[in-house]
Amino acid sequence: MDEFVLNSFQLDILREIGNIGAGNAVTALAKMLDRKVNMAVPQIKIMEFSEVSEVVGGAETPVAGILLGICGDISGYILFVLEESDAKKLVNILMGKDPDEEVEYNEITLSALKEVGNILTGSYLSAISTLTGLLIKPDVPDLAIDMAGAILSVPAIEFAKSTDTVLYIETEFSEGCHRVVGNFFLVPDTESYIKLLKTLGAMG
Amino acid sequence: MADNVIKVGMADVKHVMHPGVLVTLGLGSCVGVALYDRKTKMIGLAHIMLPWSYQAKNRTNKAKFADTGIQLLLENMLKDGADRRNIVAKIAGGAQMFTYTSVSDMIRVGERNVEATKKVLQELNIPVIAEDTGGNHGRTIEFYSEDGRLMIKTIGFGINYI
Repeated sequence: MDEFVLNSFQLDILREIGNIGAGNAVTALAKMLDRKVNMAVPQIKIMEFSEVSEVVGGAETPVAGILLGICGDISGYILFVLEESDAKKLVNILMGKDPDEEVEYNEITLSALKEVGNILTGSYLSAISTLTGLLIKPDVPDLAIDMAGAILSVPAIEFAKSTDTVLYIETEFSEGCHRVVGNFFLVPDTESYIKLLKTLGAMG
Repeated sequence: MADNVIKVGMADVKHVMHPGVLVTLGLGSCVGVALYDRKTKMIGLAHIMLPWSYQAKNRTNKAKFADTGIQLLLENMLKDGADRRNIVAKIAGGAQMFTYTSVSDMIRVGERNVEATKKVLQELNIPVIAEDTGGNHGRTIEFYSEDGRLMIKTIGFGINYI
């Protein structure tokens, strides 16, 4: 296969996948928190490598990234990225604390954060699985907290193998007056991408 | 940021004369290849993402790969008056941001980027005089034409000069 360029129909399909996936993820989060969580319409974004590190508040902004490997009918991984300050808010909400309280990283808070990522990405994937009929199995989550540029280089490199752009879905959700912006990077390997689009009738 | 500071993004190569400074923010698994001409004080920086161009399906952007990226940077520098006999290299980056094992091939890319970078530099007869590579943390690097120093800034591991 040569360069991987998506047409507008395929982009619409991917946007819809993102919409359904993120919607499902937010519903799962609301259940976990036992609170109402609002979600804005997810934005599908495509950017050049030079812009990648600016995505989550700038290349040096500390972010939390939760990565899950995918196997089954498609393979690759999914990465959920949010600013570290937002990640701390989520942990506090999850632990029934004041969202703006300082969070100390320890086994409990880190595993809480992993669990949030696990649930969000897991439900995102299960929505895609239902939509496509493909078997998508997520693996155990892995968490990294570091500079945005460094975390985002992981999906960027995967995209770099076949294209010069990175595709991701930005989802903004809020609990009460606390706003959290999360970014889903679904990174199937190229063959899986084609499979995904074919299954949805978006590729001949 | 001062006037003489130039940013180098992902999959990008830039070079500048003294007193310029080249900067790359948030290197992860990518590798920053810093070339320094000790006589003219010209500096060049390549921000490569993948090891070998022949392994990729899309090679339009030469700066993306260690082999074609370093070659491109060197050519650009020589064209503008650098002398390859005076050029030395420093490299940084190539971290493994996630410890994930089941997708090891995808994740080990940092290590492979460093390996490829060293091999390419060796073939070009450019000595690597210092490096800060590997680990599992991000790095911001600043490269000074004044003395060829490379500053490496991290979250949690402080600032280091090589």
